[in-house]
Amino acid sequence: MEGKTRLWDVKINSKWCKRCGLCVAFCPRGVLKLDDEGRPVVVDIAHCTGCLLCEMHCPDFAIAVKRSE
Amino acid sequence: MGSDLTRYLRVEKLPHIWCAGCGHGIVTQAIVRAIDELGLDPVKVTIVSGIGCSSRAPGYMNFDTLHTTHGRAIAFATGVKLARPELKVIVITGDGDAAAIGGNHLIHAARRNIDLTVICYNNTVYGMTSGQYSPVTPLGSFASTAPYGMVERPFDLCELVMGAGGTFVARSTTYHARHLTNVIKQAIQHKGFSFVDAFSQCPTYFGRRNNMRDALAMLNWYKENAVSRDDWAKIPPTQRGSKFPIGVFKDEEAPEYCESYRKVIEKAMKEGDAK
Repeated sequence: MEGKTRLWDVKINSKWCKRCGLCVAFCPRGVLKLDDEGRPVVVDIAHCTGCLLCEMHCPDFAIAVKRSE
Repeated sequence: MGSDLTRYLRVEKLPHIWCAGCGHGIVTQAIVRAIDELGLDPVKVTIVSGIGCSSRAPGYMNFDTLHTTHGRAIAFATGVKLARPELKVIVITGDGDAAAIGGNHLIHAARRNIDLTVICYNNTVYGMTSGQYSPVTPLGSFASTAPYGMVERPFDLCELVMGAGGTFVARSTTYHARHLTNVIKQAIQHKGFSFVDAFSQCPTYFGRRNNMRDALAMLNWYKENAVSRDDWAKIPPTQRGSKFPIGVFKDEEAPEYCESYRKVIEKAMKEGDAK
């Protein structure tokens, strides 16, 4: 986490995700990445700013960005 | 979407039937987010759709919903609104549903200025039946029924609705998801006939035939070609090419149909009592 405070949680519902990759393309901070099977995974949550671009562009309702508790 | 928004969905029906990368889920999310941000009572929201990929959306939405016949969503919605004017009635339709088979319902609802919010999921093709061209397919682009390129000139649905008398008219795209949500909020709040032309990518049946291999390529096309209403006015018509305007084009007040109709009923009742 490089000393940064984790402010956001990004949850991906793999049952609804159809692997279009838009979330990864829209993330401006490299928080998400596609794995070998084309599924989005969270790789750098410390850099998430909670901008919601991934959530709002997910056609499958499969991403939830929430403030970390 | 977090649980704050998925509570407006019929989660047991998900995942949805739309293709990977289809824009319709983005527009549906924008509608749900708009309803949430406006704080509407879900019990007082009714969603009506016709037939097509777009019109599957209400099946996933946890409100009172009507999935009606092809092109007739606005006709059913007119009945709902006249019977229960206190409801927020939102029509979800597609470009084929609204502009082709339902074209007359669209223009006459706009003419009457009935208080409906019509959101057109405009993907420029009949996606459900594998990509036949619609009345808004861009000139020269390819569709299953336009293998040599579209020869017909398309409707500009916003111009059509404005010309017919609609009092709130706006356009946005799935690339501009936040902007889309905001114009949907304005459309829902508007009293009178409101229309949102929501450009929504069909990577499967439009993108692949038109040199856009996936959803991201189509969203980039929206990004590169959408211009604000004010910038659009500055571009000489001969230089507009594939560019298109987004934003709110019309926001006016006019007598609303249900109210006008209620006055007629009151007058007729009084005259009936006097006899």
